[in-house]
Amino acid sequence: MPEPRPGFPKLDIRSLPGPETIRRRVLPNGLTILARENFSSPSVILTGSLMVGALDESPARGGLADLTASGLMRGTASRTFEKIYESIESLGAGLSFGAGTHSTSFRGKSLAEDLRVLLVLAAEVLRSPTFPKSQMARLRAEKLTALSIRDQDTGSVAQLTFDELLYGDHPYSLPSDGSRETVSSLTADAARAFHRHTYGPRGMLLAVVGAVRADDALDAVEVAFGDWRNPKQPTQPGIPPVAGLPRIVRRDRSLPGKSQSDVVIGGIGPSRYDPDYLTAALANSILGRFGLMGRLGDVVRASAGLAYSVASSLSGGPGPGPWQVMAGVAPANVERAIDLIRQEIRRFVEGGVSSQELRDNQANFIGRLPLQMESNEGVAAALVNMERFRLGLDFYQRYPDLVASITREQVLATSRRFLEPDLMAIAVAGPAGAEG
Amino acid sequence: MSVGVLRTRLRNGLEVRLKEIHTAPLISSWVWYRVGSRNERPGITGVSHLVEHMQFKGTPRFPAGILDKAISRDGGYWNAMTWLDWTAYYETMPAGSIDLALRLEADRMVRSLFDVGEFESERTVVVSERQGDENEPTFRLAEEVQAAAFRVHPYDHEVIGHMADLETMTREDLFHHYHTYYVPGNAVLAIAGDFQSRPMLARIRELFGNLPSRRRAPGPPIPAEPEQRGEKRVVVEGPGETPYLDIAYHVPGGAHDDFFALSVLDSALAGASSLNLFGVGISNKTSRLYRALVERELAASVGGGLAATIDPYLYSIQATVRPDHTPEQTLQAYDDEVARLLDHPVSAEEVAKAIKQARALFAYGSESITNQAFWLGYSEIFADYAWFESYLERITRVTPAEVHAAALKYLIPSNRVVGIYRPSGDRAHA
Repeated sequence: MPEPRPGFPKLDIRSLPGPETIRRRVLPNGLTILARENFSSPSVILTGSLMVGALDESPARGGLADLTASGLMRGTASRTFEKIYESIESLGAGLSFGAGTHSTSFRGKSLAEDLRVLLVLAAEVLRSPTFPKSQMARLRAEKLTALSIRDQDTGSVAQLTFDELLYGDHPYSLPSDGSRETVSSLTADAARAFHRHTYGPRGMLLAVVGAVRADDALDAVEVAFGDWRNPKQPTQPGIPPVAGLPRIVRRDRSLPGKSQSDVVIGGIGPSRYDPDYLTAALANSILGRFGLMGRLGDVVRASAGLAYSVASSLSGGPGPGPWQVMAGVAPANVERAIDLIRQEIRRFVEGGVSSQELRDNQANFIGRLPLQMESNEGVAAALVNMERFRLGLDFYQRYPDLVASITREQVLATSRRFLEPDLMAIAVAGPAGAEG
Repeated sequence: MSVGVLRTRLRNGLEVRLKEIHTAPLISSWVWYRVGSRNERPGITGVSHLVEHMQFKGTPRFPAGILDKAISRDGGYWNAMTWLDWTAYYETMPAGSIDLALRLEADRMVRSLFDVGEFESERTVVVSERQGDENEPTFRLAEEVQAAAFRVHPYDHEVIGHMADLETMTREDLFHHYHTYYVPGNAVLAIAGDFQSRPMLARIRELFGNLPSRRRAPGPPIPAEPEQRGEKRVVVEGPGETPYLDIAYHVPGGAHDDFFALSVLDSALAGASSLNLFGVGISNKTSRLYRALVERELAASVGGGLAATIDPYLYSIQATVRPDHTPEQTLQAYDDEVARLLDHPVSAEEVAKAIKQARALFAYGSESITNQAFWLGYSEIFADYAWFESYLERITRVTPAEVHAAALKYLIPSNRVVGIYRPSGDRAHA
C-alpha cells in the first residue's frame, strides 16, 4: 500500500475499514452481508438496502414505495403494530424503513446484547408484513399531513420545483414521497401487492457494525434471511437517459406569509459510477462546502452578508442526480443572490481552481476519514457504499491516493463537463410573487 | 467520583476538564462560556448569538476566513452553538492537529476584532437566519409560548433574539458583551479523545495560562420567575394548513433532584428523548401520548422535550394536529390522558422500560468522542461532571412513586402555557 503523498494528513491505513477487518458473505438468494467489529461502545447498528424504490411505481401511484416501506412495521403475520414497537422500544432499540427513488433502506440500532431481537424483527417485517387496513389508513393520513407541511416549506418547494424543471419527463422529476393527489388514492391492498411483487433478497445489502463478533453477525443474518425467496422479484427498470436543458429555465413559487425565500440553482451531475465522480466531489467541495461552505460561502454569506445558508451539493446515486446550489435568503435579496451564485459558477468553470484550493480540499477529504469512521453509523455507511457502487472493500484504504492524484486540469474539465452557467434550472420559493 | 477525568482550574480562573479516550485517533475540544440568552436584557436580545457569529470573524493572528480553511484542511470539523445558558465552541480534529484548535480558542477568548464592516454583514446573515426560523410555524408558536411562560426571568425570549433588536444593536453592544463574559474565569475548557493528559495540560497552561485573569463583571442580577398562578393560553395565526399544539410546563433546572423523575415521566408519556447532542433518538410509538393522540387519529405526531438548564425552564409537549380535528379536540384528548396518568401512576414496567431506554441512548452517545467532550463541558454548566457520571445510576433509582409525585407536582394546568397554532389555510400557488 503506497503512502499518501507528502503534505497530506498521514493516516494509519489499517485503522480504516478494509478487506482484513470486513467480513463479507453472499447468500445463494442474492443477499450480501457485511460485518465489522467495534467493541469501543456496547452498541450495534444494522443497516442496508433492497432493490426497490419509487422507480418501481407508476407516476399515478407516486409515494407507493414510500408508503409500503413505512407500512412494513404496521403488522406482520404474527405480531400487531403495538407488539412490534413494544419489542424494540422496550429495549431502547430502533428500527425504521424508508424508500427513495432507487432503493428502500433500513436502519436499526440497539445494545449489542439485543442484536438478535432486532434481526428477527427486521426479517419478519420484510418477509411477512400484513399492511392492516386501519393501520394503513392512519399511516396514509399521517403522510398526507407530512405532505401538506412539505408543500408549505420553502426549501422543499424550491427543491421539488427545481427537480421538475431539471428533469422534465424523467422519473427523477418526481418526489419519492409522492403528492397529496397520488397518496390520497393509495390503499393497503396496493401496498400489499407492491410488496409481494417487488420485495426480495436479490441485490439486498445488510451491514452489521458494532460490539458483536463479525462471524456471529454473519451467521445470525443468514439464519434470519437465508431461506427468503421471492420468484416474483423483478429486475429493476433501467434509468432512462436524461436530456440536458436547452437554456436557463426558471420558476418562482409563491408561499404567502413566509419570511424567507429559498433558491435552488444547478444542473445534472455525475452518477456514482461515473469515472469522474470523485473529481466532481472535490470540485463541489471547493465550490460550496469547504470551510464555511466553500467559495459560495465566502462570496454570498461572508462578503455580501446575503444568506444564513448557502452551499452546493452533489447527489451521486445510481443515476445522474443533480449538482446544485441551495441558498436561504431574504426575499428582497433573491435576485442579487442568484446573480452572485451564477457569477461564481461562471468564474469556477472559466478560471478553474488554484493549486492551494485543490491541496486544501484534498487534505480535507483525506484527513476527515477518521472522523467519518468514528461511529458505527459511519462505518456501516462506508461498507454499504463500497458494496453498492462496486468500489471494492479496499476503497477507503486506496482513497487517500485516489484523492491525492486528482489534478487541477481534471477538476476544471470535470466542472466544465457538468456545470454550464447558461444551461441551468433556477427555482425560487418564498413570499414574493412570481417573476420568472 | 471522576474516574479518568482530570479536572483543574488555572490561576486565571479557567476551568479545565480532560478525558482520555483512545478508541479513535481523534480529539474533540470545547470551550464553554457561561453566557447565553439568560444573560440578555431587552434591547440586546440575541446579542450572545451575534457575538458567537463574530467569533468566526477573526483576530489579528487568525484573520477572518483563515480559521475555517485551516480546520478543514486538517480534516477537522468545528462549529459553535448559543443557548439559554451557554455559548460553546468546538473543534473535533485528527489527534495530531488539535494544537491549531487550542491556539485559536486561546486567541479568540480575548483578541477578537469585531470589525464594524464584518458586523454589518453578519447582522444581515443573522436577520436571514431569523427569517428562516420564522418560516416554520413551530418556531413562531414556541416563541410565543416561551414569552408567555416568562414575564420576569430572561428565559422569556428565543436565543436568536427579537427582530427589532437584531436590526438596532450596535457593534459596541456586542463588544461590551464579549468583554464582559469572555474571560477565563467564566469559561470551561473540556477536551476528550486520543491524548495524554499531562502533556495536554502543560500545553493548555502555555496557551491559556497567561490570558489576563480579569474577573467577570457582575452582570445584571437574574430574577427568579414567580410561580405561575393559572393556565395561560396563546394563539398564533399564520400560513399553512396544519395546526400545532405546544404545551409547556414550568419545571426545575437540571441539577434539581426531580429532573431524573421527570426524565422517566417524559419517557413514559412522550417517548425517550435523547439527551445527546449528536445522533438520533428512538421512536415513541408505545408512549402514552402516541397511543392517546396518534393511534386515536387526533394528531399526526407527538413528542416531548426536557432540557437540563441552570434555572427552572420548560418541559414541553408538541403535537402536530391532524387537519380533520381542531387543536381544541386534540387538547381535550391530551388532557384526558394526563388525567389518566395522574389517576393511574406509571407502572414498574414503564419505569423499567424508561431505564433501559436511557441506558441504550447513553451507549449510543458514547460512540462519539465529540459527544463525550460535549457532556464533559455541558454538565459543568448546570451541575458538574459527576452529574453525567451518575446519570444512569440516578435514573435507575427512580421509583414509580417518584414519577407519580413529579406528575402531580408539575403536570397541572395552573403551571402551564398552552400554545395553539391556527393555520390560515392558504394554499401555495405557482
